[in-house]
Amino acid sequence: MKYSAARLLWEGLTGHKGWGRTWRDPEPKTHYDVVIIGGGGHGLATAHYLAKVYGIRNVAVLEKGWIGGGNVGRNTTIVRSNYLLDGNEPFYEFSMKLWENLEQDLNYNAMVSQRGIMNLIHSDAQRDAFRRRGNAMMLHGAGAELLDAEQVRKEVPFLNFDNARFPIKGALVQRRGGTVRHDAVAWGYARGADQNGVDIIQNCEVTGFKIENGKVLGVETSRGYIGAGKVGVAVAGNSSKVMAKAGMRLPIESHVLQAFVSEGLKPTIPGVITFGAGHFYVSQSDKGGLVFGGDIDGYNTYAQRGNMPVVEDVAEGGMAIMPMIGRARLLRMWGGIMDMSMDGSPYIDKTHIDGLFFNGGWCYGGFKATPASGYAFAHLLATGSPHETATAYRLDRFKTGKMIDEKGVGAQPNLH
Amino acid sequence: MLIPHPLLGLRDAQEFTYFGDASLLDRPDGMAEGASEQFHDYLYLRDNPAGEHQELWFHEQGDRSWLVVTRNTLTHEIFKVEFATDVALARRSAT
Ligand SMILES: Cc1cc2nc3c(=O)[nH]c(=O)nc-3n(C[C@H](O)[C@H](O)[C@H](O)COP(=O)(O)OP(=O)(O)OC[C@H]3O[C@@H](n4cnc5c(N)ncnc54)[C@H](O)[C@@H]3O)c2cc1C
Repeated sequence: MKYSAARLLWEGLTGHKGWGRTWRDPEPKTHYDVVIIGGGGHGLATAHYLAKVYGIRNVAVLEKGWIGGGNVGRNTTIVRSNYLLDGNEPFYEFSMKLWENLEQDLNYNAMVSQRGIMNLIHSDAQRDAFRRRGNAMMLHGAGAELLDAEQVRKEVPFLNFDNARFPIKGALVQRRGGTVRHDAVAWGYARGADQNGVDIIQNCEVTGFKIENGKVLGVETSRGYIGAGKVGVAVAGNSSKVMAKAGMRLPIESHVLQAFVSEGLKPTIPGVITFGAGHFYVSQSDKGGLVFGGDIDGYNTYAQRGNMPVVEDVAEGGMAIMPMIGRARLLRMWGGIMDMSMDGSPYIDKTHIDGLFFNGGWCYGGFKATPASGYAFAHLLATGSPHETATAYRLDRFKTGKMIDEKGVGAQPNLH
Repeated sequence: MLIPHPLLGLRDAQEFTYFGDASLLDRPDGMAEGASEQFHDYLYLRDNPAGEHQELWFHEQGDRSWLVVTRNTLTHEIFKVEFATDVALARRSAT
């Protein structure tokens, strides 16, 4: 069914009885051309582009829980393409372009809102670094603006400009950045994939691979064996667990990232604001809640909940740039398991096992990458060679010295 | 999280910095055959288990000792805490 204003009007007049399911709930077949493990944003986007762009429609997405139950439904919904390094920026800019056309492509309201992202500057050195980043962004067509303190004050007067330790000196702004309704991204891609014949199979955990003579033949699941021509793994925080079943060790550690939302408030924050002297980012959802977060907890974990010290740290970051946040009450907080890579950048690559492909290492920034990640992974699965924007995301890049370390902190996943 | 330090008793995890998998104690021999491959695996690859994990914590704001903490990554329960030097010496004499 096509969604439209006319349809909404008609359904409104007839008691909303005709909407039907958004996607089917099929029984798994015995064999698919491509099996995708993980029904998060990346797995579903991969299936959508495989079917729509590359014409491969005999595809299943296997999800151990429910669609949207992983990080795609847990993130703070920020999208941007403000990276510095050559390996990253064209990829994230490709993603931004896909976001800009996503709702038309999917015929689904994902509430893509280009309300802008503002990275605050607190020192001269930081201004130099951001100017350089802004230039890199402009070279790749992403657009960037450098604001001085007065310009920032005009846009967001409520910030604490004269904090004794971290005065606000300006900001790097990407007007095309913003937020997207995260659940709607999962549902929209699921619907798009389903309409092109992809089977979305929930409550189906992959428990092992069938590999013979260096080639993958299928997967063992909680709902029986499923044969596959190719297998693409996109399980985010569970990457090491799943790939261990194929005998692989990955350059990944799993860590928890927490997020927070306040009670609903009147419109206060126009776009996304990030603190440059600590780790804190905040935006306001369309329901009015302030959505914010900070650092990962910093130790290996698979528990989808964090500890209090990070809560305190995030609250301090909020109070430092935006003291009025102290008046808002916290409504909810939660955690998600991040696939932290060794250099802070992701992997979209084939493995040494024929037919087995891997997508992961998204750290805490994989939501914005969802469309490009799905597109590039579909490209790799369909053609066997990397998409032109994702050639740097190799699993063996630490051997060849070609790491993509945006922060320059080295092989220490909890520092990225 | 509270870490039961072998000398100082229960200490807040905030006093520590986390370094990662205790396999980082097993530094390969740089002169050995295939050392660069071994160093790649040592530096960049991780088991990253869901369950029991041996990991290095540095008591930076305490007695500045390095500890090996055996912890469940699913529940955060801590089973065992030892001095990293003791663990390293035991591993060395075992090989
Ligand atoms: C609190 C928080 C805030 C974040 N904020 C942002 C942000 O502002 N901007 C941004 O760009 N990114 C952000 N991220 C990161 C982003 O959410 C992730 O990088 C991204 O969602 C990961 O890809 P995914 O959607 O495919 O993951 P997921 O949704 O986690 O999908 C993986 C799926 O695989 C399934 N799975 C696992 N094991 C198996 C198995 N054995 N068999 C079958 N299925 C399996 C899981 O159940 C899960 O549904 C944030 C993350 C968190 C937790």
